[in-house]
Amino acid sequence: MQIYLPIAEISVDIILLLAMGGGVGLLSGIFGVGGGFLMTPILIFVGVPPAVAVATQANNVIASSVSGVFAHWKRGNVDFLMGWILLIGGFIGSTLGVGLFTFLKSLGQIDLVINLSYVVFLGTIGLLMMLEGIKAVFRRRKSGGVSRGKLHEHNWFHGLPLKMRFRKSRLYISALLPLGIGFFVGVLSAIMGVGGGFILVPAMIYMLGMPTAMVIGTSLFQIIFVAANVTFLQAAQNQTVDVVLALLLLVGSVLGAQVGTRIGAKMQGDWLRLLLGILVVMVCGKLFLDLLIEPADLYVLEMV
Amino acid sequence: MITCATSRRYRLFPDNKACSLNALLMIVLSFLFVLSGKETKAIEADLSSHLVAITAGFSGDRILLFGSINSPGEVIVVVRGPDTDFKVQRKGQVAGIWMNTASMKFESVPSFYSIASTGPIEEISSSATRALNAIGFDNIGLELPVTKAAGKLADSWKKALLRNLLRSGNYQLENAEIVFLGEHLFRTEFELPANVPTGTYSVSVYHLRDGQIIDARTTPLTVSKIGAEAEIYDYAHLHGAMYGIIAIVIALVSGWIGHLIFRKG
Repeated sequence: MQIYLPIAEISVDIILLLAMGGGVGLLSGIFGVGGGFLMTPILIFVGVPPAVAVATQANNVIASSVSGVFAHWKRGNVDFLMGWILLIGGFIGSTLGVGLFTFLKSLGQIDLVINLSYVVFLGTIGLLMMLEGIKAVFRRRKSGGVSRGKLHEHNWFHGLPLKMRFRKSRLYISALLPLGIGFFVGVLSAIMGVGGGFILVPAMIYMLGMPTAMVIGTSLFQIIFVAANVTFLQAAQNQTVDVVLALLLLVGSVLGAQVGTRIGAKMQGDWLRLLLGILVVMVCGKLFLDLLIEPADLYVLEMV
Repeated sequence: MITCATSRRYRLFPDNKACSLNALLMIVLSFLFVLSGKETKAIEADLSSHLVAITAGFSGDRILLFGSINSPGEVIVVVRGPDTDFKVQRKGQVAGIWMNTASMKFESVPSFYSIASTGPIEEISSSATRALNAIGFDNIGLELPVTKAAGKLADSWKKALLRNLLRSGNYQLENAEIVFLGEHLFRTEFELPANVPTGTYSVSVYHLRDGQIIDARTTPLTVSKIGAEAEIYDYAHLHGAMYGIIAIVIALVSGWIGHLIFRKG
């Protein structure tokens, strides 16, 4: 059954949209990421204009993150203080990011920047996660259990001023660090149409040294607000948020995310990391190939 | 003999009714023709519908055109969408990566263009006639001003624009058929793709003899979004900020509902 999407101005099969939402929602629930990094490329592939895909996906990320955050909140896995500080950075970053998006669009380079951002940021993170996951899985095989040494590595950024105590995460670190991470992820979420979980989650684990259990809930909490900011700005500035598309996707993704969260809770962290890493590397590999292979038609049409 | 074309315009009616409506239209047309005899204009034509409504279920549409000529000759039908600007981007390889390296803007180009004719248009019309009436892809203003590009370069941009518009279904190749039912009555169909541009179209019907136009009729066709789709589109463009807030609230509520359902279930 076909449905005409009023803002995207194309007609798409409803079942396809529900299935896409469900599949991506399932993965987002399992891994605690918004799933935008999968959904945005899929939407573009289905024929939704990139600008509409990015903005609508931001709207969709809100719904899947809300339904996920409740589950984590119940278990006490949200560090609200950390969340708020990440959020301040995220707000500033995403506001600038939407401006940058509009500017790049006017230059005709937004598609390239979206693709390159995926390949560079997602690719790097994905490879790191994959390697880390493989290492951890093998280590467990050998010793029969992981012995946790230091909570986290100490780097130069632990010497930054404005130190704060985050009781829930059992951390004493500079507030500038989560502020900076939030800002950077905010910019990316505006440009790439992602919640930014794929950067946020590893950054919180490796840079902030937060406990893995706390990371997912806290990142979802932050993502909700940043995605809401992106949705609002895209709707106000570019009129690219398609509520009909978003609604259909989020019906699927909310259901999928609930199932996913349950599956994720039963899986071991190392395996989660390894699988997410593989998934991310695959998506990036596809996008990278698209940039390298000569397009069938060198000329592309744009409506003005 | 009247064949029944399945037009989506008639979805309101059961299939047999749609067919009888077509038949009725044909009868009325032939009646008019007989009544008015030689005093009538040389060509008459009308569409199965003057309004294409883009609603939730829209996935393209077929429009039927009926007409009659009172003397022998050839017929060309031109469907032209509202003029718009197009930008063509050209990709080039930079450091191994394919990216947009040049762009060209075409101004005031028809957003939709489709031709139906009783024969190849080069054979049934003179080139002067085609140029004067914007018939055929060579005559619809795809030429770039020399200040922007000239010669081979201009030609490759033009070809790229045409190729892309043909691929998207906005432009259609020139061999759509006009079927004659008897000597005077003819009909043709043209297809509007799912991504059809909105606005006012003009449907021109030309009656030609010896390559010259002896009579012509132009009738309008409106393509517009109707119902919830149109309201959402208008609201998004008129009240962007409020639209954004509503979209956020919908997302928050559905996320929360999802959580509630699953907590209990």
